[in-house]
Amino acid sequence: MFNTKTIRGREQRTAWILIVPALLMLLFVFGYPILRAFWLSLFTQNLGTRLQPVFSGFDNYSRMAGDGRFWQSFWVTIIFTVSSVVLELILGLAIALILNQKFFGRGLVRTSAIIPWALPTALIGLAWAWIFNDQFGIVNDILLRLGIINTGINWLGDPTLAMFAVIFADVWKTTPFISILLLAGLQSISPDLYEAHSIDGATPWQNFRQITLPLLLPQILIAMLFRFAQAFGVFDLIQVMTGGGPGGATEVVSLYIYSTVMRYLDFGYGAALVVVTFLLLILAVAIASLLLNKLRARTSGTT
Amino acid sequence: MARLELKNLNKTFSPKVIPVKDVSLTVEDGEFLTLLGPSGCGKSTVLRMIAGLEEPTRGQIRLGGEDITFRRPGDRNMAMVFQSYALYPHMTVSENLASGLKLKNIPRAEIKQRVAEVAQLLGLEELLNRKPGQMSGGQRQRVAVGRALVRQAQVFLLDEPLSNLDALLRERVRADLKQIFATQKAPVVYVTHDQTEAMTLSSKVAVLNNGYVQQLAPPDRIYSHPANLFVAGFVGSPQMNLLTLPCRGRYALLGDFQIPLLDIPTVPPQIVLGIRPENVRIAQPEDEHIIQGRVFLVEHLGMHNLVSVRVNSSHSEPQTVRALLPTDQVWSNEEITLALPPQSIHWFDVESGDSLVGRQRVETMS
Ligand SMILES: Nc1ncnc2c1ncn2[C@@H]1O[C@H](COP(=O)(O)OP(=O)(O)OP(=O)(O)O)[C@@H](O)[C@H]1O
Ligand SMILES: [Mg+2]
Repeated sequence: MFNTKTIRGREQRTAWILIVPALLMLLFVFGYPILRAFWLSLFTQNLGTRLQPVFSGFDNYSRMAGDGRFWQSFWVTIIFTVSSVVLELILGLAIALILNQKFFGRGLVRTSAIIPWALPTALIGLAWAWIFNDQFGIVNDILLRLGIINTGINWLGDPTLAMFAVIFADVWKTTPFISILLLAGLQSISPDLYEAHSIDGATPWQNFRQITLPLLLPQILIAMLFRFAQAFGVFDLIQVMTGGGPGGATEVVSLYIYSTVMRYLDFGYGAALVVVTFLLLILAVAIASLLLNKLRARTSGTT
Repeated sequence: MARLELKNLNKTFSPKVIPVKDVSLTVEDGEFLTLLGPSGCGKSTVLRMIAGLEEPTRGQIRLGGEDITFRRPGDRNMAMVFQSYALYPHMTVSENLASGLKLKNIPRAEIKQRVAEVAQLLGLEELLNRKPGQMSGGQRQRVAVGRALVRQAQVFLLDEPLSNLDALLRERVRADLKQIFATQKAPVVYVTHDQTEAMTLSSKVAVLNNGYVQQLAPPDRIYSHPANLFVAGFVGSPQMNLLTLPCRGRYALLGDFQIPLLDIPTVPPQIVLGIRPENVRIAQPEDEHIIQGRVFLVEHLGMHNLVSVRVNSSHSEPQTVRALLPTDQVWSNEEITLALPPQSIHWFDVESGDSLVGRQRVETMS
């Protein structure tokens, strides 16, 4: 199988020997549950069947097509994902650009910038729920004192405002992660390039557009991919802050699946939901990484 | 095109780090000035101040009579080749060449034409669609030079552009550079720590050390009339023999031998004698200034042998004189008689290191 006469052949054999345990591990930890979920999604297993699995083919999937609550939650997930990822990228890039400048106390600022990301999400959710509380929340307090509003706003009780609040909290928590990632990318850009460009007469904006952005693109795309997958599966933050309310306005897919399985005990249908979301996510990630590879090949120029 | 003047430039990074203490230079149109000096002597810092990448702590930079000390780099119309080339990795060669022109909003057709001209001049036509990552060091270097040339700037600044090339390629590109810049009307400031480059390329050399200009002169004069000990020791390979000798009467004592001093009003207790190894020859019967000694090391340099001789001395620690001798004779551990032609001897002050009007006979002749 391997030509052990050549160095490359031997190295490949060693590589396989080293990689097999990890592959087996992945197969058990990821492969098995995914296949099991798919298998389960072909059965009806809920209170109606006294929790006994009854084979029902693709019934669960056709039921999903007419499930308004599922599509609603899917839509909510997309809104949440897109707005938080876009905001985080813009803010994260801005912060990274600032942290890349020399200023007094930069080390301290860099270190403390990562703190929000390091805190447990459930705690952050709790804190933000209090911050946005309509009676005792600090946001209302500040707005009242500034005279911008006369009566307290019910942030988490209004569908639009609740969505805004959870996005805000998520942006607050994960922007540091993105900015640290982008900062690493910025630091790998040689200052010579900027100097050469400004001798040629470039303005700071032209420097940013023609040097920073193209050379930072791989990091931006990686951050986007990471955050996209993470935001799509968001659970803890929203569960703690709004529990999906009010009236399903912030109910993302993972929250819906959670209630289907854990509250309504509809295991078969829950499994079908998982499978469909999983496939959609895989599709999105596949497209994104394809783009990523193409762009990276184009920008690095070393292919 | 215009003359470039540096007046009393000083750059103080911190009280302890002052790479440029007081530098004044003038580069005329079409002149090729080389800043030569050891690593860390502030050559790049001077160049970066000219380009506007570094702000001088004191002093003035003038271009065509105008004070440009505090002008933004982009408004100085200078082109620079970086020590690291600084090619944009995400752009192809032609995009790299065109980027400076695009920033100046030059019409597309003209950009295309100028890029093509420079590509032809530097032999880059085949590479125009490559990215820097796919090229060799020599090719990148040519792209970097091309990016400066295409700008048709008022001043060209080059920071050790050949330092990353192997010896053979360096020699070839050096010749290319000389030709290319001979046709440019603008002043060129070239930084290097390689004296061969400085000697072959420049019309004027400024030797820098310790943040001061040690000597500013044409290359042949730097070589034949080093202004002080530093220049004497730094320029020329193999290095000049520099011997600190005691003086007695009108003579300096080299081992057991007497070398007549030049005409100076007061004879110091000690003096430094300098003579290049290539000027030391095997003594002929009619030679006056001769020394004798024992050969203890012979190094083959190809064209010549570099022979190290310990000068006979009955009183003091023996001094070493190195001589560049023809290869047709073999010495080993032999007694040898060498001549130090008086017109090739340089004299330096021991304290200040300054030249004591050495080689005066030659000077008055020419
Ligand atoms: N931004 C800076 N801050 C502090 N010190 C600096 C800075 N830039 C340069 N120096 C110091 O100034 C001195 C001269 O640096 P410079 O780069 O001009 O040397 P150089 O003559 O070009 O050397 P080389 O031949 O190695 O390139 C060095 O000792 C360096 O440490
Ligand atoms: Mg340098």
